Amino acid sequence: MTPSVKNVSMFVIVACLIAGTGFIQSWNTALFILNMGLISAIMALGVNLQWGFAGLFNVGIMGFVALGGLASVLISMPPTGGAWAAGGLHVLLGLVLGAATVTAAIIAQTRLKSGRTKTVSTLVILIGGFFLFRYVFDGGVNAIEAVDPASTGYLGGLNFGGKNYKDWGFMTVISWPVGGILAASVAWLIGKTALGLRSDYLAIATLGISEIIIAIMKNEDWLARGVKNVIGLPRPVPYEIDLQESASFVERAASIGVDPVTASSIVVKLGYAGLFSVVLVIVLLLAQLALASPWGRMMRAIRDNEVAAEAMGKNVTARHLQIFILGSAICGVAGAMMTTLDSQLTPASYQPLRFTFLIWVMVIVGGSGNNFGSVLGGFLIFFLWVQVEPIGAFLMQAITSGMAEDNGLRIHLLESVAHMRLLTMGMILILVLRFAPKGLIPEK
Amino acid sequence: MTDILTAIVVLANYVFIPAIAYGSQLALGALGVTLIYGILRFSNFAHGDTMAFGAMVTILVTWLFQSWGISLGPLPTALLAIPFGIAATAILLLVTDRLVYRFYRQQKAAPVILVIVSMGVMFVMNGLVRFIIGPNDQRFADGERFIISAKDFKIMTGLKEGLAFKTTQGITIVTAVIVVIVLFWFLNRTRTGKSMRAFSDNEDLALLSGINPDRVVMVTWIIVAALAATAGALYGLDKSFKPFIYLQLLLPIFAAAVVGGLGNPVGAIAGGFVIAFSEVLITYPLKKVLKYLLPEHLEPTTLVQLLSTDYKFAVSFSILIIVLLFRPTGLFKGKSV
Repeated sequence: MTPSVKNVSMFVIVACLIAGTGFIQSWNTALFILNMGLISAIMALGVNLQWGFAGLFNVGIMGFVALGGLASVLISMPPTGGAWAAGGLHVLLGLVLGAATVTAAIIAQTRLKSGRTKTVSTLVILIGGFFLFRYVFDGGVNAIEAVDPASTGYLGGLNFGGKNYKDWGFMTVISWPVGGILAASVAWLIGKTALGLRSDYLAIATLGISEIIIAIMKNEDWLARGVKNVIGLPRPVPYEIDLQESASFVERAASIGVDPVTASSIVVKLGYAGLFSVVLVIVLLLAQLALASPWGRMMRAIRDNEVAAEAMGKNVTARHLQIFILGSAICGVAGAMMTTLDSQLTPASYQPLRFTFLIWVMVIVGGSGNNFGSVLGGFLIFFLWVQVEPIGAFLMQAITSGMAEDNGLRIHLLESVAHMRLLTMGMILILVLRFAPKGLIPEK
Repeated sequence: MTDILTAIVVLANYVFIPAIAYGSQLALGALGVTLIYGILRFSNFAHGDTMAFGAMVTILVTWLFQSWGISLGPLPTALLAIPFGIAATAILLLVTDRLVYRFYRQQKAAPVILVIVSMGVMFVMNGLVRFIIGPNDQRFADGERFIISAKDFKIMTGLKEGLAFKTTQGITIVTAVIVVIVLFWFLNRTRTGKSMRAFSDNEDLALLSGINPDRVVMVTWIIVAALAATAGALYGLDKSFKPFIYLQLLLPIFAAAVVGGLGNPVGAIAGGFVIAFSEVLITYPLKKVLKYLLPEHLEPTTLVQLLSTDYKFAVSFSILIIVLLFRPTGLFKGKSV
């Protein structure tokens, strides 16, 4: 069997697994796995760019994904009436002051000669700037959060569709690249500070920044309502209810023998799948072109031997920064897409195990350094992530079937099935690293 | 004069005592991370979940003892259970090393590969803990709640503010001091401890001098198990036990280890207290303290809380970044590979 036949057949197997879900469980579940698989594949491509191409160890994926989700809200929701007038300028001015403080401190650090003057002036700038920032900023925040806190209490987004903002579903699609840009700018900040350091430190720095991003999104209610969540984002695809009310749709559904409720939700999910596939194909194409280009060769050369690459005149730190930003931007795009799919932003749902470490499992299992591997890993691991629970429940039923109904151990085992997925993912990662460290589709 | 005293009492009650207890817990956690880094040469992402595992076993044994009616009187029963937690954690870590890490050590794999492997181990341990005890909050503290309660303190001193000193805080501090003394005695005075330090300083030289690497690794894992299980159990006793909290503790623990200098045990302890004090001080509303210190007309109208409590991660992270930028090897000289 040639490698390409092997690779294609692996994709076919994963497709069959998802289709099998459709036949055995329901097409809704199958399409959910397909949609989330598409998004996961894009995230995995982003991480593969950083790890597979450049050997950068980023464990802050969750933060970039969440930033994408934030962009989705900031672009596709309507601006809150009155909130901008109440405190918008205050908040913006506060943020500008904060940025100015940090910039001034950095300038003081770089320009002044080492000594007491430098330390003292930096401290004065930072402390004074902080209190000034809090003074201006807090007033604005309180004013904004007081505007109808039960339903809004935040600045809202940039959707100027007015009352009919839900008809402006295309705004969500615009938010995807914006999510990428937002993630890229934060990645630039992190990269600037942490990329010169050792690989472990980059890992710890990204882990920290992702937790901070989530903390900001949970607490800054003026930005995106914090843990009160933003719900009811516009959609780029039709609503199920509209389809069910359309006579022609009901007729067509009846002609193929499906009830209109099921048909409508399947059509909506297929619509998402179509949009996501377009993004995946574009990202995959660009990543493949990049991999084959001289730039991609340079990246791998740097990854394999930094010292030699530097001796050949390559600016290693600058290239690392570049690819770190690109990879994070892709994760941001995927994050915005995910929030669009959910139609809501719930900051509390971002867990590092699910959004950082699971993506790593996808990249490693698929084959780091190979774009098709990442895509395959994205689909396969997400399929397992969803299906381990029912499979585990089935196994547990089988194992415990000999026990009495009210046996304490049996009840405990059946209740704990939900935690099987973490165990399984860990085992998969460990086994793949041990026995097939190059993954399912190895780098060429 | 009484105002100044009251202000000091308030500060001690809300900042110093909690920060010392939290700092001791972080220091014990960071010591584990730093030992693994020094001797096994990788950042162990599974450390938080190792702590959770140790705490879980301690809780289960505590419940068993409680059901048997065994107790320590005013002290929490968990103290009796900690040795069992340590033993179980040591077994778990040794089995993990045999099945997982040893292969990569023999291959002389790059440290970053070991970090990714430890991510897999983290998943498994996290799943294991949730599988056995569930994801919910567990309380297992019993015995006397306070060494000094706020009310008693007020009666004793006649001050307007009370000073509460919880038993769990006292136990945390005492245990941490004992553990650290024993650890340093072991590392500096015993033959095995010295061979561990030699191995950490220069592996090749240590091997040439006839130090058995397998033994060093085994002893390291056992010590790490003791530190992690103790830290985990104390944290659970002092705050409350929730599996996912331990994953979040990973960040302040890493920050403590790096700030102190990775691979340097003294640094890990100092780092733990630096992180704990800054987290608590910066997120505590200082109004209550300033109220007693400033003249009446200057009394602050706001809470004077520098950052909301939810941003305590941001504090440890900022300190980490500042230290990394200005002293990449940490406050005490750590390793820089």
